[in-house]
Amino acid sequence: MEQQAELIYDGTLEGFLCCVFTAYEEKLKVVDIKPPGGQAGQQLFSESREVITEPEKAKRVWNSLKKKASPAGLCNLKWAFLSEITGMEMQMFSMVRYILAENVPVDRDFSHPAVLKVSQTAKKVGREKHRMEAFVRFRLTKDEVYFAAIAPDFNVLPLIKSHFKNRYADQKWIIYDLKRNFGIAWDLSEINYITLDLDPDIGISGAPEAYFHSSEIAFQQLWNQYFTSTNIKSRANQKLHVQHLPKRYWKYLTEKNL
Amino acid sequence: MDYERIKEKLSILADAAKYDVSCSSSGSKRKNTSNGLGDSSGMGICHSYTEDGRCVSLLKILLTNHCIFDCAYCVTRKSNDVKRAAFKVQEVVDLTIHFYRRNYIEGLFLSSGIFKDADYTMERLIQVAKKLRLEENFNGYIHLKSIPGASDELMREAGLYADRLSVNIEIPTKSGLKLLAPDKKHEDFMKPMEKVKNEIIQYKQESRLIKSTPKYAPAGQSTQMIIGATGESDRDIMYSANFFYKKYNMKRVYYSGYVPVAEDPRLPALNSQVPLLRENRLYQTDWLLRFYGFDIRELLNEQNLNLDLEVDPKLSWALRNRYLFPVNINRVEKQLLLRIPGIGLKSVNKILQARKFRKLNWEHLKNIGIAMNRARYFITCDSREFEVKEPSSEYLKNVILGTSSGKFRKEIGNQLSLF
Repeated sequence: MEQQAELIYDGTLEGFLCCVFTAYEEKLKVVDIKPPGGQAGQQLFSESREVITEPEKAKRVWNSLKKKASPAGLCNLKWAFLSEITGMEMQMFSMVRYILAENVPVDRDFSHPAVLKVSQTAKKVGREKHRMEAFVRFRLTKDEVYFAAIAPDFNVLPLIKSHFKNRYADQKWIIYDLKRNFGIAWDLSEINYITLDLDPDIGISGAPEAYFHSSEIAFQQLWNQYFTSTNIKSRANQKLHVQHLPKRYWKYLTEKNL
Repeated sequence: MDYERIKEKLSILADAAKYDVSCSSSGSKRKNTSNGLGDSSGMGICHSYTEDGRCVSLLKILLTNHCIFDCAYCVTRKSNDVKRAAFKVQEVVDLTIHFYRRNYIEGLFLSSGIFKDADYTMERLIQVAKKLRLEENFNGYIHLKSIPGASDELMREAGLYADRLSVNIEIPTKSGLKLLAPDKKHEDFMKPMEKVKNEIIQYKQESRLIKSTPKYAPAGQSTQMIIGATGESDRDIMYSANFFYKKYNMKRVYYSGYVPVAEDPRLPALNSQVPLLRENRLYQTDWLLRFYGFDIRELLNEQNLNLDLEVDPKLSWALRNRYLFPVNINRVEKQLLLRIPGIGLKSVNKILQARKFRKLNWEHLKNIGIAMNRARYFITCDSREFEVKEPSSEYLKNVILGTSSGKFRKEIGNQLSLF
């Protein structure tokens, strides 16, 4: 009989791939894969064990996936992983097993529940990525850095960095994820991951004088004026407005907070 | 910078520009190759949404709302008693750059009232774009209005700095134009369109031979028509739109429900409602033409001058062509798959992918996300259960209406009770 196991990994994609490796190597019947911190040992008749992340093993799993799946399918796996949704690992595991078991690429078989779920989750993450590209609002600090604070539903900073790098090549900027407490910073030559001790007063919008450039508030007011003037009152459609601009994103928007 | 003065101008000139519905910031290929500011090679981004539910992706303003013309439908017309203002070229440049750097916008949409004459106005618009590109090293999106009657040389220059150019035809019929904008000539609209189209073709050909050929209006041309100002039929509108797509390679035609801006016997009264539902149906038709392989004559013709407001145009078409249905979802070719009511482009692709692996049943289709309330009357799948009854189209339509809810349902009630 196959041995049942609950795998605990370090929360990285590499760690997850190592779980896949372990499951195949030891022919385990995996009942759950999860990052540390959750309640362990809830399952009856299964052992809970920690999987050590080894880049070599992760690479091997990824390479065999590459041979059997399309780039789009692999991208879906990566993005779904960044959703950090509880239980997503098992969906991904199920999809990976399906891919590895078949001889033809099956990562686009949307009638397979796990493939559909992973693709739908990747889509959600993609939407959040796109929203962050749209709703990030930079504020010019005293030392001439454009600063933005965000708290996205999913861990999208790794996905948006190249977008911002291409776009704002000639200005220094920082985008900081308050929820996960790390940020990305562009210093005109490269992007670095950083952690900061932020004063809560710095806020997500507004321009407290202690931190921001003296002209910052003026531009926020100009933008706000534009936002008000460009609205057509006789076409008012609050429902559509909120559908496109869900309330949980209002905190980022200058035009909603002045 | 005198922020207060700029703010006042902004309020006047954004207000005057807002009736132009074009908002797209996509389709360009301008990359940030010089470590400058901005990049418009990706998809468009909507940075905000106003309370009317429309997206804000560009800083959409007029250079000035002084105008020598007196078009009845236009808020900026000469005879209208509104505050007038004009931006300096540098002011527009600064605003664009400062907004862009804060990630408020994708770029600039610059239009203008016509002061002095067409060429003088066009020249000013070009100056703004040129400054942004050459002095500020700006690679964001620029949409310039082609001023009707502007000379060929200016249109040629405009395309070198702008990503998109547009002339708003506004009135879909020649007779309507004569009635509402007597001092404008139909040819004046077409001339810049024709010039830009030809330049785009020429630049494309040259760039195949010479790699360093500069970009010319890489996001193409668009135009806009006002809906419901002159009593034109949906057929008039969509045949015009079709003409622009075919003849001028338009990237987009926009439909703008007329917002009453003036008391004028030639126009709907000031308190009349904006025809939002009709606008919506026209956009749906536009999509069917561009992405679903429909011919305009199938949707609108002698017998069907106007679109059915109650149901979407695809369903309406399917109800008129029941002999084609039901189709087997597991076997039917893509062209017909696209024509099934309740199945959109994304679902079509998912179905095509998924059915390679197994025969799809209702459960699969539901999970893929098709609109079952409409689709199920037109398809069969890998299941013994299907709608075998063959009710009349009229009956079927009522069943579908009865089992679904629509965002415009309330308005249909209102609009129908008028008759």
